[in-house]
Amino acid sequence: MAENQEEKKIPGGCAVGCGAGEPVDFTDEYPTFRPEMKETHTILIPDMLPYHFEIIKYILAQEGYKIEVLHNDSRAVIDEGLKHVHNDTCFPALCVIGQYIDALKSGKYDVDRTAVLISQTGGGCRASNYLPLIRKALKAEFPQVPVLSVNFSGLEKGNGIPMTLPLLLKIAYGIFYGDNIMTLYNQTLPYETRAGSAEEARQACLDMVYRAYDQKKYKKYKDLTRRMLAIFKAVPRSGEEKVKVGVVGEIYVKYSPLGNSHLEDFLHAEGCETVIPGLMDFVLYCVVNTINDRKLYKRNSALQALVYRIVYRFLYGIQKQIIRLFQEDGTFEPLHDFEHLRRCADKVINQGVKMGEGWLIPAEMAALAETGTDNIVCAQPFGCLPNHIAGKGVVRTLKNMYRDENIVPVDYDPSATRVNQENRIKLMLATARENLQKKQREKARKED
Amino acid sequence: MSKLLGIDVGSTTVKVTVIDPDKDEILYKSYERHFARVKECVLSELKKVQELFGNGEYSACITGSAGLGLAQRSGISFVQEVQAAFVAIRKYYPDADAAVELGGEDAKIIFITGGTEQRMNGSCAGGTGAFIDQMATLLDISVNEMDELSLRAEKVYPIASRCGVFAKSDIQPLINQGCRKEDIAASIFQAVVDQTVSGLAQGRRIKGKVLFLGGPLYFLQGLRKAFKDTLQLDDAHAVFPENAPCFMSIGCALYASSAKAAPLAEIISRVENVKESDDVVTGDPLFADRREYDEFVARHNRSDLPFEDIKTYRGDSYLGIDSGSTTTKVILITPDCKILYSHYQSNNGQPLDIIVERMKEIYSLIGDRITIRGGAVTGYGEDLMKAALKVDFGIVETVAHFKAALHFNPDVDFIIDIGGQDIKCFKVKNHAIDSIMLNEACSSGCGSFIQTFAKAMGMDIDEFAKLGLFAKHPVELGSRCTVFMNSAVKQAQKEGASVEDISAGLSSSIVKNAIYKVIRAKTPEELGKNIVVQGGTFLNDAVLRSFEKEIGKNVIRPGIAGLMGAFGAALYAKENMAKRGGASTLATREELEQFSYASRSTNCRGCTSKCNINIITFGDGRKFISGNKCERGAGQKVPTNPLDIYAYKYERIQQCVTGKNAGMDRGKVGLPLQLVMYEQLPLWAGFFESCGFEVVLSEKSSRQLYFKGQHTVASDTACYPAKLMHGHIESLLDMGVDFIFYPCESYNLDEHDSMNHYNCPVVAYYPELLKANNERLGDDNFLMPYLDPNVRGSMVATLKKVLKKYKLSVKEIERGLDEGFRRLREYHADVVRRGEEIVFEARREGKQMIVLAGRPYHVDPEINHGIDKLLNSLGFAVLSEDCVFEKAHHVKVNVLNQWTYHARLYRAAEYVLDKPDVNLVQLVSFGCGIDAITTDEVRAILENHGKLYTQIKIDEINNLGVVKIRLRSMQAAIEEQNAERGGAVNG
Repeated sequence: MAENQEEKKIPGGCAVGCGAGEPVDFTDEYPTFRPEMKETHTILIPDMLPYHFEIIKYILAQEGYKIEVLHNDSRAVIDEGLKHVHNDTCFPALCVIGQYIDALKSGKYDVDRTAVLISQTGGGCRASNYLPLIRKALKAEFPQVPVLSVNFSGLEKGNGIPMTLPLLLKIAYGIFYGDNIMTLYNQTLPYETRAGSAEEARQACLDMVYRAYDQKKYKKYKDLTRRMLAIFKAVPRSGEEKVKVGVVGEIYVKYSPLGNSHLEDFLHAEGCETVIPGLMDFVLYCVVNTINDRKLYKRNSALQALVYRIVYRFLYGIQKQIIRLFQEDGTFEPLHDFEHLRRCADKVINQGVKMGEGWLIPAEMAALAETGTDNIVCAQPFGCLPNHIAGKGVVRTLKNMYRDENIVPVDYDPSATRVNQENRIKLMLATARENLQKKQREKARKED
Repeated sequence: MSKLLGIDVGSTTVKVTVIDPDKDEILYKSYERHFARVKECVLSELKKVQELFGNGEYSACITGSAGLGLAQRSGISFVQEVQAAFVAIRKYYPDADAAVELGGEDAKIIFITGGTEQRMNGSCAGGTGAFIDQMATLLDISVNEMDELSLRAEKVYPIASRCGVFAKSDIQPLINQGCRKEDIAASIFQAVVDQTVSGLAQGRRIKGKVLFLGGPLYFLQGLRKAFKDTLQLDDAHAVFPENAPCFMSIGCALYASSAKAAPLAEIISRVENVKESDDVVTGDPLFADRREYDEFVARHNRSDLPFEDIKTYRGDSYLGIDSGSTTTKVILITPDCKILYSHYQSNNGQPLDIIVERMKEIYSLIGDRITIRGGAVTGYGEDLMKAALKVDFGIVETVAHFKAALHFNPDVDFIIDIGGQDIKCFKVKNHAIDSIMLNEACSSGCGSFIQTFAKAMGMDIDEFAKLGLFAKHPVELGSRCTVFMNSAVKQAQKEGASVEDISAGLSSSIVKNAIYKVIRAKTPEELGKNIVVQGGTFLNDAVLRSFEKEIGKNVIRPGIAGLMGAFGAALYAKENMAKRGGASTLATREELEQFSYASRSTNCRGCTSKCNINIITFGDGRKFISGNKCERGAGQKVPTNPLDIYAYKYERIQQCVTGKNAGMDRGKVGLPLQLVMYEQLPLWAGFFESCGFEVVLSEKSSRQLYFKGQHTVASDTACYPAKLMHGHIESLLDMGVDFIFYPCESYNLDEHDSMNHYNCPVVAYYPELLKANNERLGDDNFLMPYLDPNVRGSMVATLKKVLKKYKLSVKEIERGLDEGFRRLREYHADVVRRGEEIVFEARREGKQMIVLAGRPYHVDPEINHGIDKLLNSLGFAVLSEDCVFEKAHHVKVNVLNQWTYHARLYRAAEYVLDKPDVNLVQLVSFGCGIDAITTDEVRAILENHGKLYTQIKIDEINNLGVVKIRLRSMQAAIEEQNAERGGAVNG
C-alpha cells in the first residue's frame, strides 16, 4: 500500500492550487462483502434491539442470509472494547466492537466465514464512523472479516445487503411488530399474576409474526396487531398502580441491555413499568430530517423531498392505524403518535437539531410527560456530543414546562459503575413513588 | 413500638442511628470510617447497639451509596440517601428552603421550597469529600490542617474542581511557585463551593434558610465559611445542624418506621450471612507461589547499579538533578557509573530550597577528595535550577530518561516511565527516540492514586502494595481516570472484595491504563522486544509484575527506577563535558553558602493576557521569571511580526469588524467571538454592518469570563470552547446589545474535500443549549436562525424572517451577504497569504515549521494557552491547518470524512508529508468526541510516512509545563531525524 501511495504522489513541494488532481489514497485494504459470501458467511449483528433484531434476523434468514444476534455480555466484552477503541470514542462503539472481537475470539465461529454488520445513518454525529472504527479494530487480528454496512445514505456502495424495496418493506413491518410486542410486553410484565406468562405471550406473538412472514401475510398489520392485543389481553394481570418510568436517549444505550447495564431488568426489579418509545419513531425521525433540510435550507431536491414525504405518509399511516387499534381495544396504552411527537418537539427545541437522536429526545420526554409518564431516565453515553444539547441541555426547559417532570440523565461508560448509575436512578424513583402516592391520595380524596 | 435503626453506608464512613419513636428521641448515633471493610464495620457498630440496648425488636433500614448491595443481599429495606435526608429535614427543619449535602463521593442539593427538586452530581464531578482528601494529600497535610490554614487565607486562586485530576494541574504550579499554603487551602474550598453552586444548582439560586449536611461540612470550618460567603448567608440562614454527619442515618431510621420489625440478633445475623457476590470479575494471582516471587526478585536485583562510598572515594564525579513536578531527585555518580549519592524527595514547598540543601550536603560529604566535573538538570524545574545554580546543561526529560535506559540495555526499544503524576512512554528506533506518548488529563491512572488510596485505607504505600502480591483473586477495576477507578474500588468493596484483591487490582489497572490508553497498544507485541520500565511507581513489585504478566514478557527495572531522570542527566553531563571541555560552571561551595533568593508573584503587563508570573531575584541580582507564556513575560523583546499565524489570525479576524455601519443606525448586534464565529465573523460582521447595524464583539476570552457564565453550563463534559461561550453571551448581555446573533448551522461551508460538510453537533446546535439554560435569553434578544451558508436563497429568506423587526429588504440582505462573503474570502485569502510569507521567511532563516492543526476557535489565546507562542520561543515558525490545506492534495481516508473543519486536518497532514522542515502538531480540545476519530487517522497518515505525530490536549487548565516537555521532546526527535538525513532542508 505504502508504495502505491508514493507512486501516486507528485514528488517535491507543490505550489498553490495543487489541491486539484487525483486524491492521495491513505486507505487500507479491507475485505468487502461480496454477493457470493451470502452462501458461505455467517453475519454477526450486535445485541442492540432485543425485541426487533430477532424479527429482522428472521426476515434476513428468509432472504438466505445466515444471521446471528450476539448475546455475549461478560466483562471481557468491555475489556476487548477498551483495548481496541480510542479512549474518547463513545460507549456504544466500544460495546459493539468489544462484542464482535469477543465473539470472533470465542472459537464459536469460523473466522474465515464470518462477517459483521453495522448500521450507518450518515448523520453529523460520530455514529456513522462506527463502521471504519470496527474495520480498524478488526485489522490486527481478523483482517479477513468483512464489515457490512446497512444504510440509506449511499455510503459503502457494494458492501452490504442490497436493500430492495420488498426487503425494506418487510423490515419496516418488522419494526412495527417489534414495537408492538415491546410495548405490550412492557405493559404486561409488571402486572402478570403468574410469573413467566408475559414472556410466553411475547413468544407467541413472535411465532405468529414469523408465521406471517412464512405465509407472506406480513403486510396484514391490522390483523396481526389485533391478535397481539388479544394474546397479551389474555395474560392475567393485577390491577395495582405502579410507577411508570420512561426510557429515552441515545439509541444504543436506550435499548441495549449491554449498553445500559440491564436498565429494563433493574426497573422491573424496582417494581416499575417501563415505557420505551418505539424504534419506528427513530426511523420516522430520520425520514423527517431529510424533509426538514428541504424546508429549512432548501437543500435537497424537491423530488427527493417528495419521495421522502411519500415514505413518511405511508409509514405514519400505518402507525396511526395501529394506534387506533390500541385505542379501540382500550386495554393498553398505544405508542406515541409521531405527529404529536413533532408538535412536542416544537415546544422545546427546533427540529433542525438533527444529529444523533437530536430533537427526538426532547420530543419523547415531552410526549411522555403529556401522556402520564413524568419519570424519565435519559440514557446517554458519557460525553455524547448531540446529547449535550438535546439531552442534558433541555432538562431545564422541560422542568419549567411540566411541573412533575422527574428526569434523571444517566451517563453510560465502561468505567462508570452500576452503583453510581443505580443510585441516581433510585433517587429519581424515590421522587416518583412519592408523586404517585400524592396522586393516589388526591384521587382518593376526590372520590370521597 | 419497636426501635428504629438507620444504617448509612457511605463511600468512606458508616453511620448508625437508633431512635425511640415513642419518646421521639435519638438514643444513639455513631460515625465511623470503614476503610473499605463495609460489612465488618456495620457489624461492629450493630454489636455496639446490641450491647447498649439489648436484643429488642428493631425496624431497620439501610441507606447510602455503598449500602445498596448490603441491603439487597441481607434483605433489609433500602432508602435512597437524598430521600432519607428529606425525611429528616421535614421532621427537624420544616422551615428549611434548601439543603446542601457533601459526602465522600457525592454532592447533593435539595431544593425544598419553590418547587421541590433533588440534584446529585454526575459521575464525573469532583467537589466532594474525596476531592478534598485528594487535595490535602497533594499538599501533604491532613484535612484538618488544611482547614486551619484556609482560615488565614489572604488570596483565592482559581482552581478547577470538576475533577481532582484537573485541580491537581492547577494546584501543582501554585505549590511549585511557592504560593502560601493558606491561600491554596482556601482556594480548594472555594473550588468545592463553585462546583456545587454552578455545577449542581445550574442557575437555580440557593437562598433562604439553607441546611448544610454531611461530614466535610460539619468538620471543616473553612468550607463552611466559603459557602456562607459565596451564598451570602447570615448565621440565621446558614444552618449547620449538630448531627449533620449522621443526618442521613437519622432520616433513614425515621424512614424505617414503615419497615417490618425484627429482633436485632436476626438483623445482625442477616448482615453476617451476606455473601460475596459473583459480580466482581477477578483475574489470576500475580504469583503462583513464593518460589516464583523469589525468582522474580532475584532477576530484578541483577539490574541494580553498584554503589561507591562517598566518604572514601577519590576522583571525578558528575551530578544529575531531576526537578520534577512533585518530586526532586538528585544523584552523584563516578565516571564508571557507580552511585556516590542519591536523594529522592517530595516537593513540599520550593524545590529550589531542597536542591540547594542537597548540594550543600554533597559539598560537605565530598570534601576535597571528589571533584564535580559537571552537572545537568532536567524536569519541570530545569530552567530555574539552571539559572539559580549555573548547572552546565539543561536537558529534556525524555532525553534524560532515554540516556539512562540505554545504560541498562543498549538495545532498548521501548521505555515506559510511570511516576506519581504522569506516564511517559517512548519508542526507540535507530537509537533515537521515535515517538513519545504522555498521559492526558483524563487517563492519569498514575502512582499517586495508589498512594492516596493506601492512605485512605490507613496504610503506607509499601505495606499496601505488598498486600497485593499474593492476592488470590485480584479484582478487575477497569482502566480509566482515577476518579472512575475510585468508584470501581468502592463497587468492589461493596461486593465484598478483600483489601489484598483490591491492591492487586489497582496495580493491574494502572498497568492496563498505561498500555491500552496511554500507549494505545492493540497487542502487547507492539511495545517492542527490549523494554525498560522506570519511575517510582515501578518500584512497587505488584505493578511491575502486573506489567510483565500483561505484556507476557520480562522487562528490565533498574534498581534506581525512581532516579532515572537524574541518572540520565548525570550521564549526559559526563558525555558532553568531554565534548565541550573546560571546567564546570556549577555553583561552587562558596557561592552556595552565599546563595539567597526572593520570590514574588505578579501579573505580567506585557499584553492583555495578564499572565500570572513569578519573579525570583537571586542574591547576586540576577532575575528568573517563570509562568510567562511568551518572551515578553521574561522581559525580552518580541519580534513585531512573529512567524506565528495564530497571532496573525487572532488579530486579523477582529479587524473584520470595521465599526462603519453604512450611515444607518438600525441597532446594536452582539456577536459572540467563539466556536463557529472564529471563522464566520467576517461574514456576519460584513452582513450586519452593510445592513446598517453596529456590531459589538463579546469580551475577550479569559478564565474570569468563563466563571461569569459557568452557572448556565448544562453539561460540564462539553469542550472548553463551548463552555466559554456561556461567558461570551453574558458579556454581550451586559454590554446592552439589542440582540445577539448566533446561528445554528448543521452544515458548514462545503470545501469539496469530504463526503459531507457538517459542523460537529456542539458547534452546530450550541445556541439551543444557551437559550434553554440562560434565563436572560429570549426570542427577542437572541436570534439563532437555522442557516446553511451554502444555499444563498434560503439564507436570504430565513434572514428576512428572523430580522423582520428591522424591515430589511431582500436587496439589502443580498447586499449584506455579498459584503459578508467578500470579507470572508478576503480574510481567508489573507490567512493563506500570511501562511506563504511565514513559509518563505522560515526557509530563508532555516527555521523548522509546525502546522499547529486544530479548529478555527483554537486561535483563542484562552483556549490554546499560548502554545503558538511557546512554539515560537522554541524556534519554530507556526502555521495552521487552514492556511495550508488547500496546498495539499485531496485525500482518501479510512474514516468517514464528513465534517468541514476536520477534513482540513487530513489534508494538512498530507501537506507536511513531503516537507522535511514542516511537522504537524494536533491540538485537541478535551471532550471533543470527533477528534477521537481524527487523531488516530492523522497519526496513521503521518507515521506511515515516517513523520512524527504529536498531539496536545487542551482544556480550561493552563499547564504549559507538560506541553513544553512534549514539544521539546518532539524538537529533539526532529533534530535527530534531520541529522540522519544529513541535515538536508529543502522544500
